[in-house]
Amino acid sequence: MNGKLRDKLTSFAFVWPALLIFSIFYIYPFFYTFILSFQEYDFISSPQFVGLSNFREVLFGDKEWWPSMYNGAFITFWALTFQNIFAFMLALAVDKVLRLKKFYRVVFFILPVLSEIIIGLLMKQLLISEPVGRDVFNQFLGRLGMGFLVQDWLGTDRVRLITALVHCWKGFGWAFVILLAGLQSIPEQLYEAARIDGANAWHSFTKITVPLVMPVITLVIVLTILGTMQAFAMILALTGGAGGLTEVPVMRIYNHLRFSLVGLACAEGVILGIVLILVSFTMFFISKKIREKYGVLPS
Amino acid sequence: MYYRAKKIIILVILHAFLMSVALSCILPFLWMVNVSFKTQSEFDSDYGLGLAHAFNVDNYKVVFFEEGFWLYFLNSVFYTFVTVILIVFVSSLSAYAFSRLDFWGKNVLFYMFLAAMMIPLPAGFVPVYVLLNKFHLVNRTGYVFAMSNMGLSLSMYLLKTFFDQLPRDLEDAARIDGCNKLQIWWNVGLPLVAPALAVVVIFNALNVWNEFVLASLLFTDYSFMPLQVGLMEFANKMVTQHTLIMAALTVAALPIILLYIKMQKHFVKGLTAGAVVG
Repeated sequence: MNGKLRDKLTSFAFVWPALLIFSIFYIYPFFYTFILSFQEYDFISSPQFVGLSNFREVLFGDKEWWPSMYNGAFITFWALTFQNIFAFMLALAVDKVLRLKKFYRVVFFILPVLSEIIIGLLMKQLLISEPVGRDVFNQFLGRLGMGFLVQDWLGTDRVRLITALVHCWKGFGWAFVILLAGLQSIPEQLYEAARIDGANAWHSFTKITVPLVMPVITLVIVLTILGTMQAFAMILALTGGAGGLTEVPVMRIYNHLRFSLVGLACAEGVILGIVLILVSFTMFFISKKIREKYGVLPS
Repeated sequence: MYYRAKKIIILVILHAFLMSVALSCILPFLWMVNVSFKTQSEFDSDYGLGLAHAFNVDNYKVVFFEEGFWLYFLNSVFYTFVTVILIVFVSSLSAYAFSRLDFWGKNVLFYMFLAAMMIPLPAGFVPVYVLLNKFHLVNRTGYVFAMSNMGLSLSMYLLKTFFDQLPRDLEDAARIDGCNKLQIWWNVGLPLVAPALAVVVIFNALNVWNEFVLASLLFTDYSFMPLQVGLMEFANKMVTQHTLIMAALTVAALPIILLYIKMQKHFVKGLTAGAVVG
């Protein structure tokens, strides 16, 4: 009996380092966010309970919170449509070709491997132009004989779209790799059987490929939403917010923390977190419905 | 014959499409490396679109020694190394326990770690920063511990599922030979999960190497900054010095690109591991 107790205690000792780190740096901060969001705290004076006033400030008082949510949603929209459709097309193409498969995979995945700061700064150096046209990308266009395209790429009219596109450029390789893995998991026999039954390429695409990669597609959609709504380091490096034009929610939280507005930053974090959880739950619900409709067993 | 020709044309179109995308991924980096070898006047005359005249490493000398990138680089190596070691130990210990050992609250604890992976915490860095501030841990130690939490749950989950698939025979043999649990974990368990450990190492190393938010909040002193923060500071200070910035970016990007090309399978697995769980 005593030996058994000893055994269980020594077994538990295997988990406690993980549990300790996890409690201090995950569980405690998790609840601490809620507490701080009801307080006013600036690292110097002691924290003061202010009730819901931080939330009121974010939701109704702050004129820049909703625009930043809009910017985040704008970039997410482009990532969902342009980036993911593009990645799916690439995955279909790579799945089809026989040569250079590995080469394409390696090259497309370089961008997700590199840090957001590197991508942001590199693109900034390529696109920024003090007098219009005096920058690398415009010079490059000029040499290719596409001088009519020359413009201030990071100017006020375009900076939001360009930011979204750079985000897509950094992210497509990731979606591509996951979608390609999904495509390659479809057994070849299914296509052969369909061909023998007289199905053309379009039919086997819509009746076999799409339903079978549907779980992977919904996964990519959910992770794209979560990832893009929380993206910010690349945007900070690329535009620095562009005077609010490309300011995203997490950038606001970060800046508020830097200005020692801890309560406000936490309230914003809570609101964004709730929005994201709601969105991902809705998406999982929809994806379940879709899977049921297509008759694919939930995995 | 007609069928064959059609097939070849389709393949040519596909390759042209894929190649153009691949070029868009590679060209900016070739330009980056190229510009890093140029002098500023050379850059002003051709915007780095022509090849550098010579392997001129002056930019690297300036960036590395005068601007302190050697220190940023060492800092990044240090943070990455220590965090990864810590995560490998802590997560493999607990993964082994969750897979093989028996104790109270095992399932509850495991689902708690799992749940942590599912809940997005967009402002998680705020309370962590406040916490570190309170405990006077705004330093290397605080950063390493906070970072080791970031990849902990996922690493543990990966290792646990890997342990679950392994046969227990070797461990039983070790037990009969008189090994205790800790010895079995170290001598039998860890070598067997080596393939999963490689994924865990890459995933976490990349995570720490590329981390910016927390590091930029914690380290205002230049001598503690990792590369990502140093890069941001440097680029903000020298907006117009393209050649120097490109040398700095190359210093930060090239080691990762080379490692990636050498071990790309592990990188892909490591970076898509999060997706597999969800």
